[in-house]
Amino acid sequence: MDHLTAILISVLLAAAPLLFAALGELVAEKSGVLNLGVEGMMLVGAVCGFAVTAQSGHAALGILAAALAGMALSTLFALLTLVLLANQVATGLALTLFGVGLSALVGKPYVGTPLQKLPDLPLPLLSHLPLLGPLLFDRDPLIYLAALLTLAVGWLLARTRAGLVVRAVGENPEAAHALGYPVRLIRLACILFGGAMAGLGGAYLSLAYTPMWAEDMTAGRGWIALALVVFSTWRPGRLLLGALLFGAFTIAQLHAQALGLAVPPEFLAMLPYLATVLVLVLISRDAARIRLNAPAAIGRTFHPDH
Amino acid sequence: MKFVKWALAAAMTMGLGLPAQAEAPFKAAWIYVGPVSDHGYSFQHDQGRKAVEAALGAKVKTTFVESVPEGADAERVLTQLARDGNKVIFSTSFGFMNATLKVARAFPDVKFEHATGYKRAANVSTFSARFYEGRAVLGTIAGKMTKSGVVGYIASIPIPEVVRGIDAFTLALRKVRPDAKVKVIYVNSWYDPGKEAAAAKALIDQGADVLAQHTDSAAPVQTAEERGVWCFGQSSDMTRFAPHHLLTGIIENWDQYDVAEVKAAMNGTWKSHDTWGGLASGMVKLSPYNPAMPKDVVAAAEKTRQDIIAGKLNPFAGPIYDQSGKLVVPAGKSLTDAQLLGLRFYVQGVEGNLPK
Repeated sequence: MDHLTAILISVLLAAAPLLFAALGELVAEKSGVLNLGVEGMMLVGAVCGFAVTAQSGHAALGILAAALAGMALSTLFALLTLVLLANQVATGLALTLFGVGLSALVGKPYVGTPLQKLPDLPLPLLSHLPLLGPLLFDRDPLIYLAALLTLAVGWLLARTRAGLVVRAVGENPEAAHALGYPVRLIRLACILFGGAMAGLGGAYLSLAYTPMWAEDMTAGRGWIALALVVFSTWRPGRLLLGALLFGAFTIAQLHAQALGLAVPPEFLAMLPYLATVLVLVLISRDAARIRLNAPAAIGRTFHPDH
Repeated sequence: MKFVKWALAAAMTMGLGLPAQAEAPFKAAWIYVGPVSDHGYSFQHDQGRKAVEAALGAKVKTTFVESVPEGADAERVLTQLARDGNKVIFSTSFGFMNATLKVARAFPDVKFEHATGYKRAANVSTFSARFYEGRAVLGTIAGKMTKSGVVGYIASIPIPEVVRGIDAFTLALRKVRPDAKVKVIYVNSWYDPGKEAAAAKALIDQGADVLAQHTDSAAPVQTAEERGVWCFGQSSDMTRFAPHHLLTGIIENWDQYDVAEVKAAMNGTWKSHDTWGGLASGMVKLSPYNPAMPKDVVAAAEKTRQDIIAGKLNPFAGPIYDQSGKLVVPAGKSLTDAQLLGLRFYVQGVEGNLPK
């Protein structure tokens, strides 16, 4: 494995948890729901994935548990915002705070416990391709899952009737309601999907990236995922690009330091965020474009009787 | 509500507390910045509390408060502990410094023990450990174990404490292997497993075959185990995260200090002072050597350790050259404690510029 491949693999792995979480949030936002609880759902997913894997010895069960745990937490969000019509921003923030505390509590017995890393699963034939083989097709199963889900979400949102309905709900829930679509049920499904994906993102950290549980181990990645959704202007293809770009900046700044480049590490650590802001500024210059993609009803609660 | 509680407590102490005072246990308290389950810094301080309980048994009653944020919350917790009748309070994070001094002024009879700070008062002592002595032993081992001559060092933030560790490590490393280089990556955090792991990978990708770290998570040693390079642990025993490739690690040990201070306070011999203990005092320890370490490496490490304990070896003895090759400390001299506390330069052998 040459140097470049090694770096590219690091980039890919750094991008994976962001991609999972951001993809879920993208779907939720497309249905008009802004869930700022991504960080909390990731943490709960991370701790449950770790705990179940450690107890059962089966990573597959752990991954499933992580998705379910993320989903369970998002159910709370759904209850508050869809049924009780609470403010989405405040509820999301509360969800993050709650998730941070809950995960720490659940994870107490698992701090300092080592775990077998999620094994790589080389795909037959494909993994022998030159360059691309070792980079893309000799990875752990969650990486494949992330790639598949990106394709699936992209296709579903853009090309299917179901995707159209989700977008309609996010654009104009009243109109969708008038047409007879169950707006709140659709939003619930999207919120649950978002929760499951955030859980998977967390599980990627605690099972594959750094197989351990440590309090607050997501270290802000949930917030980056939220920024990535805006960065991508709600398009799964661009989301993938954004996640890879963010991963690339993170890894590049570490390599630059190890090479002894005379740049302050604080500046380098800032670079990925700076890049996000820059791209946001660039995209925002074309306001029509953003408006075209941004769900018009994002953040607004909806109740059929109001 | 608070006043009612306070008044009740006061009434209890005055009315009921007095007759029992002869047998009442001596109360001591600890406050931690992190959770005691962190298997690192706060965990080790809590070991000190447990050592006090073990040593003094029923004569003491200990309390601890964990995960106390630095700032106003610390002041509130410290005040409460002092009001509750604790006679010694261990305030174990640098960030508690100002709160500790403020509360200490209000409770002149209570002795405060502040870890890693530099402000003292008549009833405030400070204590810290010379971790760099342990790092000199690690450097010696690294010099013996590295084949590529490139050693990776995952650092948190460029403060004198961290720079001191890097320099002591590098000086010892190059005594064994004069051509060795140390590549440093700052992750700008004490604790970010993901970033620490990525930094470890970057260093390995750039040829490092031994990793040292000055961050708190076990992610770097886990990465080292996975990639098959040697590594050193930090804060507590991390062997289970890298059973084959962890050579040894630095462990903080406050047990003896905490016991001695509580005893002194009980006997009335307590005095405000500053303690900066190292290997000799047992404040800095090494986790067990990896059985895979060759005999001559163990011997070299032990010699360094014993010489430091015996005072025969000062990790910062001259000649010390800085990165540009300028002689900073001539032979026969060494850096003073004051210079060490404010250390802001890299020695020869460290790659990259020290961020200013």
